Amino acid sequence: MSTQTNAAALTAKDFATDQEVRWCPGCGDYSILAQVQKVMPGIGVPKENIVIISGIGCSSRFPYYMNTYGMHSIHGRATAIASGLKAARPELSVWIVSGDGDSMSIGGNHTIHLLRRNFDVNMLVFNNQIYGLTKGQYSPTSEEHKITKSTPFGSIDHPFNPLALAMGADASFIARSMDRDPKHLQTVLTRAHQHKGSSFVEIYQNCNIFNDGAFEIFTEKGTKQDTGLYLEQGQPLVFGANKNKGIKLDGLNPVVVELGNGISADDLWIHDEKDFYKAQILIRMFDNLNKNEGFYPRPFGVFYQTERACYEDVMAMQIEEIIATKGKGNLDKLLRGKEVWEIVA
Amino acid sequence: MSTKEQVLQDVVIKFAGDSGDGMQLTGQQFTNNTALLGIDLATFPDFPAEIRAPIGTLPGVSGFQLRFSSDRVFTPGDMCDVLVAMNAAALKVNLKNLKRSGKIIANIDGFDTKNLRLANYTDGVNPLEDGSLEGFEVIKIDVTKLTREALKDFTELGVKERDRAKNMFVLGFIYWMYNRTLDTTINFLKEKFGKKEVILQSNIKVLQAGYNYGDTTETFTTRYKVEKAKLPAGVYRSIMGNQALAYGLIAASEKSGLPIFLGTYPITPASDILHELSKYKSFGIRTYQAEDEIAGIASAIGASYGGSLGVTTTSGPGMALKSEAMGLAVMLEIPLVIINIQRGGPSTGLPTKTEQSDLMQAYYGRNGECPMPIIASATPSDCFEVAYEAVRIAVQHMTPVILLSDGYIANGAEPWKFPKADDLQKIEVKFKTSLNDNEEKFMPYLRDEKLVRPWAVPGTPGLEHRIGGLEKQNNTGNVNYEPENHQLMVNIRQEKVDKIAEYIPEQKLDSGPEKGKVLVIGWGSTYGSIKSAVAELQEQGYSVSHAHLRYVRPFPKNLGSIIKNFETVLVPEINNGQLVKILRDVYMVDAKAYNKIMGVPITKTELVDVLKKML
Repeated sequence: MSTQTNAAALTAKDFATDQEVRWCPGCGDYSILAQVQKVMPGIGVPKENIVIISGIGCSSRFPYYMNTYGMHSIHGRATAIASGLKAARPELSVWIVSGDGDSMSIGGNHTIHLLRRNFDVNMLVFNNQIYGLTKGQYSPTSEEHKITKSTPFGSIDHPFNPLALAMGADASFIARSMDRDPKHLQTVLTRAHQHKGSSFVEIYQNCNIFNDGAFEIFTEKGTKQDTGLYLEQGQPLVFGANKNKGIKLDGLNPVVVELGNGISADDLWIHDEKDFYKAQILIRMFDNLNKNEGFYPRPFGVFYQTERACYEDVMAMQIEEIIATKGKGNLDKLLRGKEVWEIVA
Repeated sequence: MSTKEQVLQDVVIKFAGDSGDGMQLTGQQFTNNTALLGIDLATFPDFPAEIRAPIGTLPGVSGFQLRFSSDRVFTPGDMCDVLVAMNAAALKVNLKNLKRSGKIIANIDGFDTKNLRLANYTDGVNPLEDGSLEGFEVIKIDVTKLTREALKDFTELGVKERDRAKNMFVLGFIYWMYNRTLDTTINFLKEKFGKKEVILQSNIKVLQAGYNYGDTTETFTTRYKVEKAKLPAGVYRSIMGNQALAYGLIAASEKSGLPIFLGTYPITPASDILHELSKYKSFGIRTYQAEDEIAGIASAIGASYGGSLGVTTTSGPGMALKSEAMGLAVMLEIPLVIINIQRGGPSTGLPTKTEQSDLMQAYYGRNGECPMPIIASATPSDCFEVAYEAVRIAVQHMTPVILLSDGYIANGAEPWKFPKADDLQKIEVKFKTSLNDNEEKFMPYLRDEKLVRPWAVPGTPGLEHRIGGLEKQNNTGNVNYEPENHQLMVNIRQEKVDKIAEYIPEQKLDSGPEKGKVLVIGWGSTYGSIKSAVAELQEQGYSVSHAHLRYVRPFPKNLGSIIKNFETVLVPEINNGQLVKILRDVYMVDAKAYNKIMGVPITKTELVDVLKKML
């Protein structure tokens, strides 16, 4: 979302509170908090106009650590509360902080409706593929067959692909980043802020207590170049330690190709965030990387971005138009109605 | 031929037919016409939950009861003087509520073999012909045939479209019977069908045909007239309960300067508040049809947090879904108005029938110790004041407020001596806009003498703060799990609600002596029945008084001393005994209960019987 005003020069420190941060040592949330605090001074919004709304879960403690306005609400409902706030106060910069359980499970309904209405807010989903605060049950993004406290013989649920869900709900900005890549995360957060409309940002976040290493393959030095695909607007989809691999479109199917032997970057899929149809193919590149060959690398960055009317703007416009044509409401006229009669004493 | 005119004091008429017969509209039109003559009235629409229940069947019957009188009216009447029955099912369902010598206006086309069978009459039995209606005055009219006849020149209309105007024939006839003019309905039709000339003209034609039928048929030699009622002097209009709630909210918005945000989800019988409020964008009102009941209240909480007047409207099942969010609003200590138009329960229950069975839910239906003020409306026009008052309490005490109404009030209509905007007391709202001189840091839970915390909204520089559903330290609002602090906060939240008793009017008796034998305590829609029953007994010399509670939590602070002045207390309720339990608990009084839970109001007659046994 974008809300531009003049802010005095602030630093990340100005966005920290006096409250002790109580996530487990080593939790990925620390990095996300640090990146958000770093990005905030640069977005050009006075901090009194920033509101962070969360639901329930580890990630949802976030507002307590941000020296802005904030609400730590109830499970799954941050999106619905943020919708009402944004509808009533369009000028505020509203950030929703949620987790995979909060946004995809108990709050799934509100998530899709927020995106469909395209409120100009930023929704950060900390995805750690586990329920942390309730101490280790599988979540709606956990992989199949996962052994957890509630699934000692393996989970039988098929997981959500959060970005596909967002795309299905017609989100106007869809991106993925991770806790372990501060620069990338800062860029994506800034882009999310700049986008006018609902920005859906999935952030891979490591829960080192209940699901340690869930995203290791994308975040660690030895593997990340071959498993991650970093999206850049107008650039070919190239990946690999030596930038020697790429994605080519064969009809509607993405194909992993080796560069060289007659295949050059010019033959590859050129990323275009505005391409509605290609974004859906890109979002569906969601293999289990541990499986077999023919896998796709996992894309990170901005998948899709489009402009369409925001709910709160149209709502305000409707009111303005009606007042302009009919005039401001008159209470006496309303109470009197169309037909009256008089009783004389 | 000559017709006599007979003056009547009080008439109860019921329009009954299939749910597709347009009886609600017919009833509303006659109500409007009656109201504009300054006659007092009360209505009771009663319709099936199905939009189009199977045609001609007993469950498909839709009724609209109207009582009008030159005397004051407080209920739509226990028994009818006139029953309009558009079909056999309508007669069967409503006959038991027709007075012995009452009139039946029957559409004989609705009593053919098929309709009789659908109404479960034994084969070959037609109540219009078998003498079973002896004692009643039966007026048989072939409405369908006469309507078609009236429209014979309207060749562009098919049979179905012609038949749709049947209710206009009946309305025209009733207008003739009660010596009315047709202009209010003609104006209504013009507004409704202004652009559809053929439909407009055909409806007017049938309306006039019904009127002329009364005029030219020799059978009817008497017309009736009800004189103006002796209401207090002033200018009146007709108002329905949900409409009055919407107007009360708008008035409160205007007089507090707070914009309204209604977050809601459609549910019977509350949706009309949404429909009504959504019309008035010119008052800056934002209506938000959320994805579900929870999002309805959650969005209203978000709006209130941002400095709007957050409102959510619902009925029982939706109320259940909102409970967790209500708890959040209690913890956040922000203003919010939650309106519950009660209906028959539990679960989906009886969506279109009335009940007062959500009082305990409002009192106790949340996790944790979660007190909230509760306020209840007694009549359709009372909804205006109650909505206004709910807003006042919410913003001046920084608390969610539950407003209880019910299906009977919501759809009922009565004359209303509406107030002037200037005469409405302003609702003072205090936003915190900066730190005080002696404050170093903003304390979001620092309280004033009412135990009320400051309302500091996003966008206010220097007052950035975090609030949430976790237990918080008093004053600072920081998360806190210490045992002593939790005890303190639980106590404070209760005391804060209790203290509202100091800022609401004392309880007054609606009628009767201040000391006596029996005190009837009511709340909500039983008002009219209790008032009428008590008045009748008082006239007969009995010592009986009536107190009707608008403030249900906290109770007015003098309620206990009022109760002490009576030997017995009776609490009639359309539930299994809810207020009565709370009164027993709070005042240790041996209050008696009278309960009926049949989806319909308690009648005056049955209350008189119950009270006589106690007096």
